[in-house]
Amino acid sequence: MSTCVAPVTSPDPRSPGSRPGPVAEASAAGLSLQRLSGWGRTGFVGCRVLRVRTPDEVAHALRTADQRGVLPRGLARSYGDAAQNAGGCVLDMTGLDHLEAIDREAETIRAGAGVALGRVLAAALPSGFVLPVLPGTASVTVGGALASDVHGKNHVHEGSFATHVASFTLMLASGERRTVTRADHDVFWSTAGGMGLTGIVLDAVLQLRPVETTQVLSVRRRCEDIEALLAATATAAADHEYAVAWVDLGARGAGAGRGVVEGGDHAGVADLPADRRQRPLRQDGDHRVTVPAGWPSGVVSWPAVRALGAARWARAPRRAATRLRPLGRFLHPLDGVSDWNRLYGRPGLVQYQLAVPDGTEELVAGIVRRVAAGPAACPVAVLKRLGPQPGLLSFPLAGWTLALDFPADAPRLHHLLAELDDRVAGCGGRVYLAKDSRLRPETLIRMYPRLAEWQAVRRSLDPTGVLISDLARRTGLATAGDHRRA
Amino acid sequence: MRDGTGSPGTVLVLGGGSDIGLAIARRFVHDGARTLVLAGRDPDRMRAAAEQLLDAGAGCVDRVAFDADDVDDHGRMLKAVVARHGDLDVVVLAFGVLGDQLSDEVDAAKAVQVHRTMVLGGVSVLTHLGQLVRRQGHGDIVVLSSVAAMRARRANYVYGSAKAGLDAFASGLSDALVGSGGHLLVVRPGFVRSAMTAGRPPAPLATEPDAVADAVVAALARRAHTVHVPRSLGLVMGGLRLLPRTLFRRLPDR
Repeated sequence: MSTCVAPVTSPDPRSPGSRPGPVAEASAAGLSLQRLSGWGRTGFVGCRVLRVRTPDEVAHALRTADQRGVLPRGLARSYGDAAQNAGGCVLDMTGLDHLEAIDREAETIRAGAGVALGRVLAAALPSGFVLPVLPGTASVTVGGALASDVHGKNHVHEGSFATHVASFTLMLASGERRTVTRADHDVFWSTAGGMGLTGIVLDAVLQLRPVETTQVLSVRRRCEDIEALLAATATAAADHEYAVAWVDLGARGAGAGRGVVEGGDHAGVADLPADRRQRPLRQDGDHRVTVPAGWPSGVVSWPAVRALGAARWARAPRRAATRLRPLGRFLHPLDGVSDWNRLYGRPGLVQYQLAVPDGTEELVAGIVRRVAAGPAACPVAVLKRLGPQPGLLSFPLAGWTLALDFPADAPRLHHLLAELDDRVAGCGGRVYLAKDSRLRPETLIRMYPRLAEWQAVRRSLDPTGVLISDLARRTGLATAGDHRRA
Repeated sequence: MRDGTGSPGTVLVLGGGSDIGLAIARRFVHDGARTLVLAGRDPDRMRAAAEQLLDAGAGCVDRVAFDADDVDDHGRMLKAVVARHGDLDVVVLAFGVLGDQLSDEVDAAKAVQVHRTMVLGGVSVLTHLGQLVRRQGHGDIVVLSSVAAMRARRANYVYGSAKAGLDAFASGLSDALVGSGGHLLVVRPGFVRSAMTAGRPPAPLATEPDAVADAVVAALARRAHTVHVPRSLGLVMGGLRLLPRTLFRRLPDR
């Protein structure tokens, strides 16, 4: 099996954080040297990128790995350094893009690791099916969704993405292929949430869920302060399939932490207006705008946050109001604007997503007030409920999650987030590795109590530490396998 | 690995006893650097520097012996540091000798020694470091040059020409590293009030080690290839470079 020749002229336009680099040396080996980053566009590093199209090519890359190891990469929507491997080999998995027909009996679909969830959804909807768990963007690959064990706005009811994976094919570092089912508990729940470090997922069988329409019946209303917002979000999560709250960090004084809570349920045919009942599964068009390249830095600032927050608040209904929304726009708010990460300009963005257990509402309110006090501007703050999750490194835990976006060059950001780390770890909470770009080894150990168990499984699957990422190097996530390579 | 907020994990300072090197290290500690490695010749100065950094909040400060003149040892020294601390996120070249122009210009051995340390030592260690950051796919190299490198002056041409050699080599390497994930910044400070310049009358636009440190961090954040400290010196020296030689020669020493 010969190594495929990767395109060396320009980076894949679907990889948002790639910039062209010199190629002469790398192209001889069928690789292209590219500067890659995560969605946050912060730490660009040089990687040898190989676009693989078959399992054999994956196996070849694994067997010929050097000291800097191998890592699979999908659509690069993890915010930090989870999908990059500085100085090492990065497999662009989007070439493993086969999507089989739906198995209507079992209500499942088999998809290659490189297939975007949006494509699975588009294929399933005409037959009246959806994926039971969808994250905030549909531009996530099946392999990436499994590796990060992503969740949606319905985690308390449906669990995470991996909860609905019937089985998957895992290629171990040795090149051996293994079909992993739920019966193989340790390997399954170490790979789900394992950040691509247990092996390379080649394909997965996904369970689907029947729906009557492509619409969501959403109910939303304002909440005047953070306490009211927390209470309303808990109620919405209990009453509705989906629930999410937007927190206005720009509001000052008593209104700090006010927000809008939105609950949603799949609409039945009867919920549709008369003219749409004939074709309940009709899909709405994509309404996208794109942020141009070269967008200036410094646009995301407190004045902008205040103005946008006030505008959003003004548009939200005072009392609960119901409306029909297309599924995609309800579930994937991040997909309305392409390349929105460019809004942060050259310095990029850092997202801090935390999960804390039930009963820590005061702590969540305290964090919201702390962030609102600055100095780092936080234009996006999203609050959700979470349920328990069996994955050894999975992010969700029964309680709350709050996602906060910051410009990477915001003043004293390092100190603010270190302070939040302490508060979160102190109450048994954690931050989301798929979003992380700054966690330290000592904090990782405090936040992920099952880390040693996971490392033992990883050691059994990848004893020489072939699979490695910058995330793993930075946080010591995979130190178990790593010390032999040092 | 540099984290999302720009904090480096591990910083190596070559010339770890120098005031400017220490100021840069202190600044990185303030910004959240975990591990500082000081490499230099003078154990006492490095011990004092390490204590300062620990007081400033560094998690781990390591000290290793490094002699810029011992070029055969550079590869081994860097390998040992990497074996102990993993990838190097920032490496600062802060070693150098000012020399004494009046005695150096009449003593060939002394003049050569100034060049040996700064040019040969710099070329050797930079070549190793260039390979290191290429292999790593990331890493920032900071080279302390000087405005004196921009045009050799009658008053300090031994030092100025050595810095010019180092500056030219580093600038070339900086361009060679574009696209590799690694990065090299050439820093050209004016007169810096430090232990090295103690007792000498300061030149116009003199600056402090901490100002150099701030400029370095800011320049790295915007991935600049060259920075002058203070920035106005870039313009001044740019102008002086164009000055006819007969005039340039007659400029006062300070």
